[in-house]
Amino acid sequence: MSTPDVSNAPFSARDLSCIRGGRIVFSGVNFSLAPGSAILLTGPNGAGKTSLLRMAAGLLPAAAGGFFWDDLEPPVERAAHNARILYAGHAEAVKPALTVLETVSCWAGLRGYGRNASRDALDRVGLATLADTPARFLSAGQRRRVNLARLFVTDAVLWLLDEPGTALDAATRMSLDAAIRDHRERGGMALIATHGTPDVGPAVALALDNFTDHEAGFASSYEPGWAEL
Amino acid sequence: MTEFLHILCRELRLAVRQPGDTVLVLAFFVLGAVVFPLAIGPDAGLLQRIAPGIIWVMALFATLLGFDRMFAADLEDGSLDELVLSMGSLVVLVLAKAAAHWLVTALPLIVVAPLAATMLNLSNGGLGVLVATLLLGTPTLTLIGTIGAALTLGARRGGVLLALLLLPLFVPVLIFGSTAVDASLHSESARPHMMLLGAMLLGALALTPWGAAAALRQAVE
Repeated sequence: MSTPDVSNAPFSARDLSCIRGGRIVFSGVNFSLAPGSAILLTGPNGAGKTSLLRMAAGLLPAAAGGFFWDDLEPPVERAAHNARILYAGHAEAVKPALTVLETVSCWAGLRGYGRNASRDALDRVGLATLADTPARFLSAGQRRRVNLARLFVTDAVLWLLDEPGTALDAATRMSLDAAIRDHRERGGMALIATHGTPDVGPAVALALDNFTDHEAGFASSYEPGWAEL
Repeated sequence: MTEFLHILCRELRLAVRQPGDTVLVLAFFVLGAVVFPLAIGPDAGLLQRIAPGIIWVMALFATLLGFDRMFAADLEDGSLDELVLSMGSLVVLVLAKAAAHWLVTALPLIVVAPLAATMLNLSNGGLGVLVATLLLGTPTLTLIGTIGAALTLGARRGGVLLALLLLPLFVPVLIFGSTAVDASLHSESARPHMMLLGAMLLGALALTPWGAAAALRQAVE
């Protein structure tokens, strides 16, 4: 088991286990993130990448183990944890009836950021001209950009990104990678689930398939044939 | 408090952009109240006697209509994750959602209730008490509804399950709401019934947001 050993890490996971639907998805996962570092979560579908991110966000309780800020400190309380993280999941959280600007500034307002921050963020993701367009007219890639605009609003130190490049065009994907590198240069951390190889600078890869208990698992006993497909 | 206002603004804005939900509830309420005289016949005395009950039952059914989308839309599009991660307390989220839901479904219904009551030959004396009981009783229904809405998140046929779950819990409000109007029609004091309705509202306000918040946390897992 590869445990990235980074001393003095502000965010770490110890002995994480995940059980979904009675199946052990992964167990005994350890990692630590130092300021400015990033981890790329890889693994086949169903390896638990999204579950791990949701656990780190505090949405899903871990079956065993836990997360720590500042290594030895006990887990911080929920509100403080929420203020330190930004979670961007699969769903874009875009309401068709709200405009692009309203969508971002509603989220920003809840976190205590002003409307100008939202406008600047939309500029950064190339949606400034669509600010007053209802989101129902956006394409899939544009909706994803609305969701990712939050990265430019927040000062959260830990970004939890679940396949952030999905549906994005090549240029936007490159500027997303650049944004992640900027974030790391400022001392930020990122935990990114991905199937690709994003250019986010030197990063540790955490392959979740190593942790799956294949004996008890679903993966080894399941051999898809054409009938199932 | 700012969190509460942010969510309230967002919900009201969504409701104004999508007025269909409110119109549907109102139409259901009015049409429901109209078919009773058609089925029962033009006996003015009988209609007046059953008017409080009919209005209250229809208000209860109409309120039920909106609950299944209260949190479900947010769960489906991922907004619920963001709200859970952005709010200091989920209790505030539930209270803001309940306030918005009451403003866009129950309040319009209370506004047209005198119209529906007049069609049922409810006298002027009863109208004031009817509106007062609805003002006191429907917030309780909305608050209890938040628990049901949060518990049935992700359930198949959530709407039907929700009705089965909530109707028994709505019964006390229904009883005291309609008997208050009934009492005023018989020149008795509606005060004790109103006070009980008020007590139920305070109880619901103190208990239901915590229940719904716990259910929401389960739902996002």
